[in-house]
Amino acid sequence: MKVITTKGVVKIYNPDKIPVKALNGVDLEIEEGEFTAIVGPSGSGKTTLLNVIGGLDRPDEGDVEVGGHDIDAMSDNDLIDFRKQHIGFVFQAYNLIPVLTARENVEFVMLLQNRPKKERHERAEELLRAVGLDDKMDKRPSELSGGQQQRVAVARALAPKPDFILADEPTANLDSKSTANLLDIMARLNEEEKITFVFSTHDQRVIDRARRVVTLVDGKVATDEVRG
Amino acid sequence: MLFRLAWRNIWRNKRRTAITAASILFAVLFATFMEAIQKGAWGHMINSVVNYYYGYVQVHQKGYWEEQTIDKAFPLADSLKRLGEKVPEIRQVLPRIESFALASTGEHTSGVMVVGISPEVENAMTSLRDRVSEGAYFEDNEAAALVAEGVAGNLGLSLGDTIVLISQGYHGVNAAGKYPIKGMVNFGSPELNKQMVYLPLPVAQYFYGANGLVTSLALKLDEQDDIKPALKSLYQKLDTSAYEVMDWKDMLPDLVEAKAVDSAGNVIVYVILYLIIAFGIFGTILMMSKEREYEFGVLISIGMHRRQLAFTVWLEIIMLGLLGALLGILASMPLVWYFHVNPLRFSGDYAAAMEKFGFEAIFPAIFEAHIFLTQALLVFVITALLALYPIFKIRKMKPVQAMRA
Repeated sequence: MKVITTKGVVKIYNPDKIPVKALNGVDLEIEEGEFTAIVGPSGSGKTTLLNVIGGLDRPDEGDVEVGGHDIDAMSDNDLIDFRKQHIGFVFQAYNLIPVLTARENVEFVMLLQNRPKKERHERAEELLRAVGLDDKMDKRPSELSGGQQQRVAVARALAPKPDFILADEPTANLDSKSTANLLDIMARLNEEEKITFVFSTHDQRVIDRARRVVTLVDGKVATDEVRG
Repeated sequence: MLFRLAWRNIWRNKRRTAITAASILFAVLFATFMEAIQKGAWGHMINSVVNYYYGYVQVHQKGYWEEQTIDKAFPLADSLKRLGEKVPEIRQVLPRIESFALASTGEHTSGVMVVGISPEVENAMTSLRDRVSEGAYFEDNEAAALVAEGVAGNLGLSLGDTIVLISQGYHGVNAAGKYPIKGMVNFGSPELNKQMVYLPLPVAQYFYGANGLVTSLALKLDEQDDIKPALKSLYQKLDTSAYEVMDWKDMLPDLVEAKAVDSAGNVIVYVILYLIIAFGIFGTILMMSKEREYEFGVLISIGMHRRQLAFTVWLEIIMLGLLGALLGILASMPLVWYFHVNPLRFSGDYAAAMEKFGFEAIFPAIFEAHIFLTQALLVFVITALLALYPIFKIRKMKPVQAMRA
């Protein structure tokens, strides 16, 4: 079943000054449960495509449908609610809330969903255990390594039980061991929980683990390779 | 958790928090100190004029205040003496007969106000006995005078000397008398200090040829708040076609006006002070908003509504404002208390200029809860209003642009 569809998506930055066409007619379909890497050189539009799919940015042309919802038809507030319920984000720079502990960071998104305290608490612990951070639950981000922070970010992304995880260069700041560890976790969650993962990445280690690799060049899909 | 988030964010950048809280603290401190001194100085002035002589309320024969002449003296009826029994706010009724006279000793002469008082009753309100700096207080029928130090200085009088008084008495009677000086009195108000001569009431009545008459009844009340109910009762109980009832504001319109002018001038100073404070606080808020733009973008990305984010940031600034305002109150309390107990005393030209207006150059700070609370609240409201800026920014924030910042 197709869960993400983009048709002729165009995104232009600075339309009034020096226009930059970040996406130039992207057609893409992603099936439920895929583990897809979007690759390409810097400036090819990977992050922009993830932003458009995640409803963080709106396309200037074309259609984006995610989980049966027309992204462009939604108001800003509806988009926030949609992201909160259906999409988990993992960012290159982890982007955890520095003043909250690992557990509180994971709980935070569930708080935004108005989930009961007990449920939030239990799920945060469960997810942090799943990413191997049982003993770091009460540590703040500044007390964790980059790899540990990114694992917290994955746990946070999973907390609202999303349909998709959109990860923008999630391993860019991680060493080999942390990268391998993170990829293991995400692959397991993909297989066991059937969560759809879409990454933008430069990292060959991620590309090697992906089951589908979409290459963007100059804002267009240049190749689309599905692996056995 | 939003409260926890806001609270922890405050302590995230301790230096920034310290700078903001300190700017709010100093704002409250300056504003409180200014107001405490200003109100204290006026309170002292009013107190020295009202409590040392005028009283909060006076009763005269109708028209006396407009044309202050001994001819408008009125009989001190028993019902007037017992006004305190009819009006609960009145603690004492001080009968006086007062008029101007020429005082003389040797080759010196000076215009003075000769006031006949009931020594014990007068003392209950004005604490005149305590103001005797030399000699002793007089008795009810004693033919002796108490002279203000300023008058004594002008006339070169010492204790035990005789002061000669000449005036026009009731209905044109020739008033003349000589009295030994039993005591010197010192007033806070320089205006009173240079013109007051006291005689016991019967002695002064005899001097003015106005036996059994008085020109005013000064009424002792506990506090300013009692004026309104006392006036209301007096208007009901007294024959207002025969008597006039005036509070200190009616009797001293120049003082009221001077206070109003001074307060208006201070409003400008306050506005400038608050503007400086507001710019300082705004600078910090601006810096914080800019620094955390990326983080705000992330929070909106992961599903936080702009209104929730705006509330958290607002809460953060409000907490900071509260913290600064509370610290400001705590810091200003000992300072204001110190100047409450040890008033600022000016000397030299400034003191001389003040004395020309009839005031002592003494500025005690008033130590009252409302001064601290009002200023802290004002600074807090300014902070709360400035906190609207990040709310406005967040409302228009695009997460992708914010995360590129």
